[in-house]
Amino acid sequence: MPGERMGKLLVGALLLFLVLLPLFSGRYLPYVVVQILVLALFAMGFNLLLGYTGLLSFGQAGFFAIGAYACAKLLLVVPSLPLGVAAGVLAGSLAAAFLGVLCVRHTRIYFSMLTLSFGMMIYSLAWKWREVTGGDDGLVGIPRAPVGIPGLFEISMGPMTHYYYFVLAVSVGAILLLRRLVRSPFVLILKGIRDSENRACFSGIPVRKYKLTAFVLAGAYAALAGSLVPPLESTVTPPLAHWTHSAEPVLVTLLGGIYSFSGPMVGAACFYLLKDFIVRFTQYWLICFGSIIVILVLLFRGGLVIFFQEKVLGFLGAKTARGAGRG
Amino acid sequence: MLEKLVFQGLIGLNLAMYLWLLSAGLTLVFGVLGVLNFAHGSLFMLGAYLAFTFYGKLGLSFGVSVLFSLAGVGLIGAILERFFFRRIYNLEVPYQLILTFGFILIFDDLVKMVWGGVAMIPPMPAFLDGSLLVMGRPFPVYNLFIILFGIAVALFLWFALERTWWGRTVRASAFDREMASAIGVDIPRIFTLVFVLAAMLAALGGALGTPVRVVAPGIGTAMIIQAFVITVIGGLGNLKGAFVGALIVGVLTAYGILLFPVFELFIIFVVMGAVLMLKPEGLFAK
Repeated sequence: MPGERMGKLLVGALLLFLVLLPLFSGRYLPYVVVQILVLALFAMGFNLLLGYTGLLSFGQAGFFAIGAYACAKLLLVVPSLPLGVAAGVLAGSLAAAFLGVLCVRHTRIYFSMLTLSFGMMIYSLAWKWREVTGGDDGLVGIPRAPVGIPGLFEISMGPMTHYYYFVLAVSVGAILLLRRLVRSPFVLILKGIRDSENRACFSGIPVRKYKLTAFVLAGAYAALAGSLVPPLESTVTPPLAHWTHSAEPVLVTLLGGIYSFSGPMVGAACFYLLKDFIVRFTQYWLICFGSIIVILVLLFRGGLVIFFQEKVLGFLGAKTARGAGRG
Repeated sequence: MLEKLVFQGLIGLNLAMYLWLLSAGLTLVFGVLGVLNFAHGSLFMLGAYLAFTFYGKLGLSFGVSVLFSLAGVGLIGAILERFFFRRIYNLEVPYQLILTFGFILIFDDLVKMVWGGVAMIPPMPAFLDGSLLVMGRPFPVYNLFIILFGIAVALFLWFALERTWWGRTVRASAFDREMASAIGVDIPRIFTLVFVLAAMLAALGGALGTPVRVVAPGIGTAMIIQAFVITVIGGLGNLKGAFVGALIVGVLTAYGILLFPVFELFIIFVVMGAVLMLKPEGLFAK
């Protein structure tokens, strides 16, 4: 199929571009790419719930923040970046498992209400539990610790370029893992639950267990994204857990398309660039953000990736097919 | 100790009435229209801001300001239902929720744009300024007035829905949309009216709170979370559940502030968790 080959070519070219990027760009562009990758990981985990399971979470920023705070806490004690990230992912997954048990017990509408509520609870915890989270000051002075095995080798993460490659490697790994997962029977069952929960139930699938697993995975991806933030910014603050931050993966996924694997990635890139552009003109960014959501829901539910595949590639495909027929 | 508990209970009852006004509309819209409106708290916030503008800024009398605020938010509700919500009744649930969620973002920023980001609190209306002695401690007359008012609204809603012709058509449309439509009920009109009524109930809560609670961006989202907890406890789409749920959450929050000043939110979440584990469909589900 020409579309698929073209897609592979595009991904290859994009990867090559990202690997070579620091060689010819300044320090700002790698920073932007790191931000986009963080957002993409965040949104891809979210879409495992929305697109594949049909569960809409408004509280993913809570797990993002738990990942960020746990990673920051560990880095302040033990200077090892992989350990910090691992701690973040572990903390986020545990929190997701704990809250998930409550969230998946009920209908989808309750699920959305509960996730928003628990997200707000985590936010208020980050705000008020001063002894642990530093309150509204947050945690500051987080080192960008090196990667390595003590006594064997150590790579400093001080230069932006090094950290850029670390985030790129982690992201590509996480995305490949998710791609593997999406093609497994596990996600097939999730889709079955999405399309008809009753039918899944009747065929003997433990629906609640599957939903919980998806929720924990989404939490783990949110926490992974979150744990990449403190070494970049060297601080973490409560707004990471705010519900407006939970809205970001919602818009990102909607923008890219919820029924395509690459949707959240494409959406993340578009979202970041769009946001970067709009905040130059106005501080009232959320009103644009909300309006885009409303417009997307009312008029443009497929998202960019499906639009591109159907309209642009479809148009090209039809053209080459006609050309081949004539030749 | 006992007097402290009784006094704090009254404060909780007062808080419960604001929560009731909010949850009533949330649950009414869900029960009849079948859409959960995440932006319902924003209507509460808009009610507070409009009342503040008429009363605190333009110097109109308090009663008139509340009425104007109700009319304003009712109009906004009519526009929301007519031009946005009406298009999503047939969509999948996630899309419905995302749309209403988008409106929280819009209203939050709109309020900051028009009124600024500072918290404001207008003066108390003179005729309700004063306090009664309850167990030897002064309790504001205004809070007592709110408690009575909330109960009056509950009675009014019960009467309107259970004892009038209009209420019967609303219940019929909630029960079976197609059948009601087939026997001549004008469903789109009922939906708009119910949505406007719910918006006005939220605005009423916001407007009545202006002299005693802070008017600030973000009060809507803080309130909607508590309304969600109420809904989980009482059961979605059930007015009796919303009333009792509001009482439980209001009183628990008041005692929570007394006992664990920093983590008062936790108590209601623990109660909600317990309800979810033991009776996930809510305490008053039929």
